[in-house]
Amino acid sequence: MAGKLNELFKKKIQIVNFGIQSFYNDNKKQNIPSVHVDWKPVAGGNQELANLLDDLL
Amino acid sequence: MAITKEEINAANAEVLKIILSAKPTLIGMGTAGEDIPGMTPTTILHSGPPVDWEHMSGPQKGAVIGALMYEGLAKDDKEAEQLAASGKITFDPCHHHQAVGPMAGIVSYHMPVFIVENKEYGNKAFCTFNEGLGKVLRFGAYQPEVIDRLKWLQDELYPIVKEALAICGEIDLKAMISEVLQMGDDGHNRNKAGTSLFFRKIAPAIVQTHFTEEQKVKALKFIDSNDHFFLNLTMPAAKCTMDATFCDVNPKTKGSTIVATMARNGYEFGIRIAGLGQKKWFTGPAEIVEGLYFPGFTEADANPDVGDSCITETCGIGGFCMGAAPAIVQFVGGTPEDALNYSRQMYEITEGEGNTYKIPALNFRGSATGIDIRKVIKTQIRPVINTGVAAKKPGVGQVGAGIVHPPMKCFEDALKDFQATYMS
Repeated sequence: MAGKLNELFKKKIQIVNFGIQSFYNDNKKQNIPSVHVDWKPVAGGNQELANLLDDLL
Repeated sequence: MAITKEEINAANAEVLKIILSAKPTLIGMGTAGEDIPGMTPTTILHSGPPVDWEHMSGPQKGAVIGALMYEGLAKDDKEAEQLAASGKITFDPCHHHQAVGPMAGIVSYHMPVFIVENKEYGNKAFCTFNEGLGKVLRFGAYQPEVIDRLKWLQDELYPIVKEALAICGEIDLKAMISEVLQMGDDGHNRNKAGTSLFFRKIAPAIVQTHFTEEQKVKALKFIDSNDHFFLNLTMPAAKCTMDATFCDVNPKTKGSTIVATMARNGYEFGIRIAGLGQKKWFTGPAEIVEGLYFPGFTEADANPDVGDSCITETCGIGGFCMGAAPAIVQFVGGTPEDALNYSRQMYEITEGEGNTYKIPALNFRGSATGIDIRKVIKTQIRPVINTGVAAKKPGVGQVGAGIVHPPMKCFEDALKDFQATYMS
């Protein structure tokens, strides 16, 4: 597994960042090209509201 | 029996149809006392959801004091404060009386009001004159110059504009708002194009009224010098558009999850939902506006979010059309790309797109229209509102402008109430 990971980091990496924007910001600061996807869990992770949405949406 | 997703979607489609087919039209002017339903000489209407005197914010309290002095119900501010706290004054939201008011939103018995009719559905909405910037009642100022201006609006500008409107005839506000979006306004916080178009329409008629040259010149100069004059026409246009969507007005919208009202009183933000009727408000604490402050002021001077003007966003303009108004970022902060992104993001939480209100920079795409509480909860994207900032100290006036959102609590409470109403 470690060998495969090392192999991956030897290549040029295409980064797509989901969710936490600070990870994307860190890449940006280091001039590493990446794309940020503004993703959040359904209902912000609130299970009660997510269950409600299952019935309504 | 519990409502199905299909039934909710059908009710929401009906609401969108009602919004898109509305025909808000300026039909004339009247006074609050004579034309607004339920007004009495001791009624004071205010912006936002219901609030009592004790919880009113600084600008709203200041404006109540000014209105009581303007009405001759109190001789000075001390007497006005005592009267306001006495229980002898009826405070009620503008929204409960087919009216809307920017900032403090105070409307009292003798104030002149624009009368806007939704020609498609027959309902009306009312809004006072916009007084301009600086020391004005809607920011809580009540100095003699403020009261004098209100008296001038009542005694001189009102009869002039009323007669001029009778001369020029009804004005199709939907067509005019659609045009201002092509001219760099957003329909809420930038009203230069709207005021200019209204001026072009009304000026030749004002010249034809029977008033003296001096009175007509003063009226024309007042309208021309106030860039926000048109705001008090877009607001009732949006109000009569959205009021037709409530299920207690039109049973076809029963089961809809679309927001029909957003409003703030400087203490709380409140929303109402088309499918839950006009009587239910869902509220949360009003937030501080993030944006640019005028020289000499900071966030510490700001009152929490206040005013009924976000009825424009509820209807799909204002912040939802920020991409149509790139120059507005000089006023509220950010870049023109940010303005476009706000407009783009709103499609995530709405039922559909406008057929008349369009954004040139998005290839004339119709603006995001019909905020669906289910989508707000799912995506956690809150509606964007493009607004002015009032000083928390009464009478100081506007201290900045920026972006604000309704608290998520409003949507969460509304969704839970929807479940209790329709699923049990």
